Amino acid sequence: MHKPKTLFEKVWDSHVVMECEGEPTLLYIDLHLVHEVTSPQAFEGLRLANRKVRRPDLTFATIDHNIPTTSDERFQIKDQVAAQQIATLRRNCESAGMPLFDVGSGRQGIVHVIGPELGLTQPGMTVVCGDSHTSTHGAFGALAFGVGTSEVEHVLATQCVSQKKPRTMRISVSGALPDGTSSKDLVLDIIRRLGTDGGTGYVIEYAGDAVRSLTMEERMTLCNMSIECGARAGMVAPDETTFTYLDGRPYSPRGETWAKAVHQWRMLATDGGAQFDKEISLDGSHLEPIVTWGTNPGMAVPITARVPNPHEARNDSERNAMMAALDYMGLQPGTPIEDISLDRVFIGSCTNGRLEDLRSAAKVLRGHRVHRDVTVLVVPGSEAVKQAAEREGLDRIFVEAGAQWREPGCSMCLGMNPDILAPRQRCASTSNRNFEGRQGREGRTHLVSPAVAAAAAVTGHFVDVRGWQYKE
Amino acid sequence: MQPFRKHRGLVAPLLRENIDTDQIIPKQHLKRIERTGFGTFLFSDWRFLADGTPRPDFVLNQEHYRSASILVAGRNFGCGSSREHAAWALSEFGIRAIIAPSYADIFRINAGNNGLLLIEAEDATVQHIAQQAQTKRPYELTIDLENQTIADDCGFSASFVIEPFRRHRLLHGLDEIGVTLTHEAEIARFERQRHTLVQNCES
Repeated sequence: MHKPKTLFEKVWDSHVVMECEGEPTLLYIDLHLVHEVTSPQAFEGLRLANRKVRRPDLTFATIDHNIPTTSDERFQIKDQVAAQQIATLRRNCESAGMPLFDVGSGRQGIVHVIGPELGLTQPGMTVVCGDSHTSTHGAFGALAFGVGTSEVEHVLATQCVSQKKPRTMRISVSGALPDGTSSKDLVLDIIRRLGTDGGTGYVIEYAGDAVRSLTMEERMTLCNMSIECGARAGMVAPDETTFTYLDGRPYSPRGETWAKAVHQWRMLATDGGAQFDKEISLDGSHLEPIVTWGTNPGMAVPITARVPNPHEARNDSERNAMMAALDYMGLQPGTPIEDISLDRVFIGSCTNGRLEDLRSAAKVLRGHRVHRDVTVLVVPGSEAVKQAAEREGLDRIFVEAGAQWREPGCSMCLGMNPDILAPRQRCASTSNRNFEGRQGREGRTHLVSPAVAAAAAVTGHFVDVRGWQYKE
Repeated sequence: MQPFRKHRGLVAPLLRENIDTDQIIPKQHLKRIERTGFGTFLFSDWRFLADGTPRPDFVLNQEHYRSASILVAGRNFGCGSSREHAAWALSEFGIRAIIAPSYADIFRINAGNNGLLLIEAEDATVQHIAQQAQTKRPYELTIDLENQTIADDCGFSASFVIEPFRRHRLLHGLDEIGVTLTHEAEIARFERQRHTLVQNCES
């Protein structure tokens, strides 16, 4: 009888090229996703060493980080340094014979949105990208993690990464998530409990009834932010929800191959009796909408709570961090979260820029008007998401409410393009990081779900979306 | 990659926890296509005012720390974005080693790939070194990777633990791609044998 294995161990073990005691494992990579910001130096390194891209057929590129989101500037970028980075990616893809999902192709978008929607990301795969939110793809039961540029170069040259085997953690969430909450609230709640480094060195498997009943897009949001508690990756075992999502996607297996693939994918689930290095159980049925108040994703409280007081810190180091965060965020301890007013709202990113996220925001905004002091940017995660949203008329709901409907890209999540906050502007953002300066120098970011962001856009301050007056 | 054997250098204290890579190298400086040119932008939002003038209160702008090559920092250093530009910026600025209670996973790998030594030290050791660096200016440490020790001239010394493969690579400045390519036969065999599920079915 075989030793019971976790989902992670099954995927890891089936990709080991070489293992030596005391050395990192050489792990084979099935899918390598590439974008313009973290790849130019890797291609340059290959050229200098006279090396080639080993598997251009397993390497796919798109343009997302730098791209402006206005229709006029999209094809005519004013920022010459950004334009050069994009031109460099195009050249590199062409000379390596790698597919590029370019702007206007109908397939361009945030790398972690297009991988899944094209069916490139599949259960049991190893996936890497020079971007920490590669953990997103773990929603399919793939082992997916972010790598630096030297590792991008390593994968281009060898189709392998050299990795120390991570430890395993299972987070089991029971119950059903209450109305008005989402997997974004769930993951923010997990991060605030674990802390920003509680997952360091681990691959997390999310399990339990609450996770099983999430849609694929919700699972992606959950796995996406695994990196924010330091985890190497997040994973969810594939099931019928996964197979239904993948069926018929452009790069999904078809016909007989499909049936064989599904058969194999079913065997990936963690075996009964498999051991994890750490186990955590949570009750999802008491989840509340969560809002970050500070400068890392772990600094978060329920929307009904108040900005915490540094006196409550467990030690000096935490107290100093809280005081610095409050100072940066321009907040007073004890202020009710619902009293915090906003200047900007951003709906989008690899965390919450998919169709269901836009539906959730549109449902809140329908029939309402955006508050006169608030500017709202809605940025679909990909060209395909944008088209699908427009077919449903979501764009009209956003525009009629007074929001701006933009072109796809990473946009204000990291502000590498022109979409940034002005100093001291306060933003409710559906993205993944509230670090200092992330959305613009001295900009103040509060991470929330799409529904909470949309409600705040209307009222001009945070409001508990569980009591929202929806209009038909 | 520049090997790391023994290094003596000036210590700068930056005792914040969770120093993320967005702080180490803010996103407005990530648009270059070269590996160089990032050192001037290290911690740029902390180091400089919006108009570009240095902030006198930031540690690396102060006379005694400007030429520091060892940074002592709080836990979970390098969290957040995978941008290797953070390691490039630190190295180019002249930082050869960091001493902190813990590091984020991706940053740890990026640092190793750029000859930047990360020393994981007990909280008490980190506090002690930071305090020395704050009071005895200039404060220098000697880091000996071969013997895994840190020492100053006033009688302080401590040993540190580092995984043998990381130590080996740093000591010899090894090119990891070169090492992996010596296993070409194993990679090719894996590719032949693996019953791959990857099916690019698109016509």
